[in-house]
Amino acid sequence: MVTLTTPNGYELDSSGRRIVVDPVTRIEGHMRCEVNLDENNIIRNAVSTGTMWRGLEVILKGRDPRDAWAFVQRICGVCTGTHALTSVRAVEDALNIDIPENANSIRNIMQLSLQVHDHLVHFYHLHALDWVNPVNALRADPRATSELQQRTSPHHPKSSPGYFQDVQTRIRRFVESGQLGPFKNGYWTNPAYLLPPEADLMAVTHYLEALDFQKEIMTVRTIFGGKDTHPNWLVGGVPCAINMDGEMAAGAPINMERLNYVRSVTERAITFVKNVYIPDVLAVAQYYKGWLYGGGLSSKNVMSYGDIPDRANDYSAGNLLMPRGAIINGNLSEVHPIDLRDPNEIQEFVPHSWYKYADEAVGLHPWDGVTEANFELGPNLIGSKTNIQQIDEGGKYSWIKAPRWKGHAMEVGPLARYIIGFAQGHEQITDQINGVLSALDVPVDALFSTLGRTAARALEAEWAAEQQLYFLDKLIANIKNGDTATANTTSFDPSTWPSEVQGVGFTEAPRGALGHWLKIKDTKIENYQCVVPTTWNGSPRDNEGNIGAFEASLMNTFVEVPEEPVEILRTLHSFDPCLACSTHVMSEDGEELADVKVR
Amino acid sequence: MHETFYDVMRRQGITRRSFLKYCSLAAGALGLSPAFAPKIAHAMETKPRIPVLWLHGLECTCCSESFIRSAHPLAKDVILSMISLDYDDTLMAAAGEQAEAIIEETIEKYDGNYILAVEGNAPLDEDGMYCIIGGKPFVEQLKHAAEHARAIISWGSCASWGCVQAARPNPTRATPTHNVPGLADKPIIKVPGCPPISEVMTAVITYMLTFEQLPSLDNQGRPKMFYSQRIHDKCYRRPHFDAGQFVESFDDEGARRGYCLYKVGCKGPTTYNACSTVRWNGGLSFPIQAGHPCIGCSEDGFWDKGGFYERLSDVRGFGIEANADEIGKVAAAVVGGAAAIHAGVSVVKQITSKGDDA
Repeated sequence: MVTLTTPNGYELDSSGRRIVVDPVTRIEGHMRCEVNLDENNIIRNAVSTGTMWRGLEVILKGRDPRDAWAFVQRICGVCTGTHALTSVRAVEDALNIDIPENANSIRNIMQLSLQVHDHLVHFYHLHALDWVNPVNALRADPRATSELQQRTSPHHPKSSPGYFQDVQTRIRRFVESGQLGPFKNGYWTNPAYLLPPEADLMAVTHYLEALDFQKEIMTVRTIFGGKDTHPNWLVGGVPCAINMDGEMAAGAPINMERLNYVRSVTERAITFVKNVYIPDVLAVAQYYKGWLYGGGLSSKNVMSYGDIPDRANDYSAGNLLMPRGAIINGNLSEVHPIDLRDPNEIQEFVPHSWYKYADEAVGLHPWDGVTEANFELGPNLIGSKTNIQQIDEGGKYSWIKAPRWKGHAMEVGPLARYIIGFAQGHEQITDQINGVLSALDVPVDALFSTLGRTAARALEAEWAAEQQLYFLDKLIANIKNGDTATANTTSFDPSTWPSEVQGVGFTEAPRGALGHWLKIKDTKIENYQCVVPTTWNGSPRDNEGNIGAFEASLMNTFVEVPEEPVEILRTLHSFDPCLACSTHVMSEDGEELADVKVR
Repeated sequence: MHETFYDVMRRQGITRRSFLKYCSLAAGALGLSPAFAPKIAHAMETKPRIPVLWLHGLECTCCSESFIRSAHPLAKDVILSMISLDYDDTLMAAAGEQAEAIIEETIEKYDGNYILAVEGNAPLDEDGMYCIIGGKPFVEQLKHAAEHARAIISWGSCASWGCVQAARPNPTRATPTHNVPGLADKPIIKVPGCPPISEVMTAVITYMLTFEQLPSLDNQGRPKMFYSQRIHDKCYRRPHFDAGQFVESFDDEGARRGYCLYKVGCKGPTTYNACSTVRWNGGLSFPIQAGHPCIGCSEDGFWDKGGFYERLSDVRGFGIEANADEIGKVAAAVVGGAAAIHAGVSVVKQITSKGDDA
């Protein structure tokens, strides 16, 4: 079939020239993308393929639920910690464990610092090179760059002409060395790059500043979790005990010096986001605001589970500082409640995924999830099993499942959260969005775009950095009131557990809604299923042929130079894809190996 | 022309004095005496950047994330001035064909003279198609790049041992670098940990560039400079172990005083790593200091060695201070000549130390 209309409203036409991008780089994990272009180089069909699979859930079967956080934390080292937090929440939900207020504040600080770090690193080190041309920065006038910097962000101290001259010289020597390192083979002559040289130089300079600074942000997790990447967590609270004024406080995990360190880092993070990250995004957007491709599902279906409970142990929407809900068909006047426990709401489908169901016309709720690997390639594949030249999206074509909310393909992530917050009249979110729209002089519809996704992420980093300070103050106030508890260990001993329980935990990972569902039987994990942000965003087609968020976002985009599809990277990167996250699902019965058929 | 690290620093307005100070810090990070600083300075002043191909198999990218957190040297300076990071799909600008072309270009231009860094590992089942790069199995890319490399760095526990995806029952047959069938016979430096410590990663690279040789390796292939001691050996809580002062449960009085975490499952006594010496994130802390037992993440098969909160039952490998253990003030009993701590109910028989072979 060459043309068809999907139930979610996209006209797909696979008759034109096929472009393959594999690997899609500057993401976490491994991914492939194929598109068809029409005669005007407009994308008329998009196919996104998750190209890795690890099978963590089968590995978890039979393990101690208290250990699960460490396993699932290794789903992703970029959004490190968010899976661990989701896991301890799922176990606490199953075992009815309440955590102390201090543990809630500390977990929130850790999760918020991840939002700040992840968003910042994403923008500068994974995404910026889709907008910024470092080679063009060599043509910049350092004096004019200095003026641009002072105009863009008057409070950022590093703005002298000499400073930019030094950076430019460093880049020049780097380029002249002939060893371009990570910038090798970029699309540096592509007309899709629109920044003037001075903006390029400013952005490249901040690429380097951000690379230096990002390591500071995460040190709050080193204080509370002992190391980063992959800090340590605890079912029932946090492992870092507090000792402010007692004997041996100096050797205790949390004391006055440690809290001062956290405050210092947090304040510097706020400054960096406000003085560098936000102004840079606005500066880049100023030149690209005519390029409003990439909206995809964002103007239709978006969802957020919400996160950052203000008070401990209350996961209801009203207590979550990050918005919760779903919007369907672009109707912003109605935000639907969501229920992660309802078997009819969240379901996963596999007719186009490399898994097998008894009946692939139906979807399964994660508590009852079945996943059996089935690496079967469609009949129109070009190439062979181990040399795929062109995938057949009519058949199975991805290691990612297709999750749906009440049958709808959904977009999740910072933009989804901000649209939902905006629709709900969330005060800070509304102020931030209105500020950006007016600074750029664009209508609200501009939100529904690649650029909107990128801007929402920056705004959220600013919000998260400030909330980090709120929870630090809250932690200190609580300690001042005499509460130093950090862990509830009354149910830590497995012999106290009921024989069969189930639980669900959720967070908002930097990339979007994240849920873990588990069943515990006789103190061991009976079943563990994760539905992660990139499963939602990167999903292949479902049983009815609805395309997922990545695919929808690429539709109808103009590609200037088909051999150098920077526009595809730009839009895919705006989701901050995390493929190791999305493609790890497996059934309880992992022994059963895949059936391979190449027809 | 190749620019050296020193050239770059000078051109940035860094004084020679600051440069030399940097070299002393680098020597410190390597665990070397200050006398080595001039040698590092000389290397930095004269060496061109060595090409590095950094491949990613089945992994979670925590090693790359750790690497960019390096405080000394800064990741920025490693990437811009010490190595030429020609392929790293997490950071590289190029994608698709242009990205894959770089591997061929590097092989052609630097055959036998580049470093292959491997993050993650190759699944062997399903003809390798549990990890696909450019439409082909990752294991093919790995073997091809290894064939022409000078040496291989296996970053992290995935590449070194297999790590989480190779934990029982290893559904994809994820296989660490050195066990990949048909892999070219090249020196392999294992830098295990989940992830490895940032400054350990950059120090391994800096050592190789500075001294123009591979680091001395132990019999498991790990640099002796960072992996020859157990966490326990230099843990700041060790005196509490010797004094029999233990955390009995999380957030108890012992936890608040920083007592030993052995009874709540600490794997420090059987884990070879530099966490208690170099510490993490610029020397700021390490898991035990933050109140959580070591989970042993740099050890082979650590996922399958019993629960993280179950105490070690066989600790004969306490090793160099075995006598101190034997006379431990409380809770220690000597059984059959081996020092075994009878601290309770643990029956994690498969936990054994790595012995004294490092």
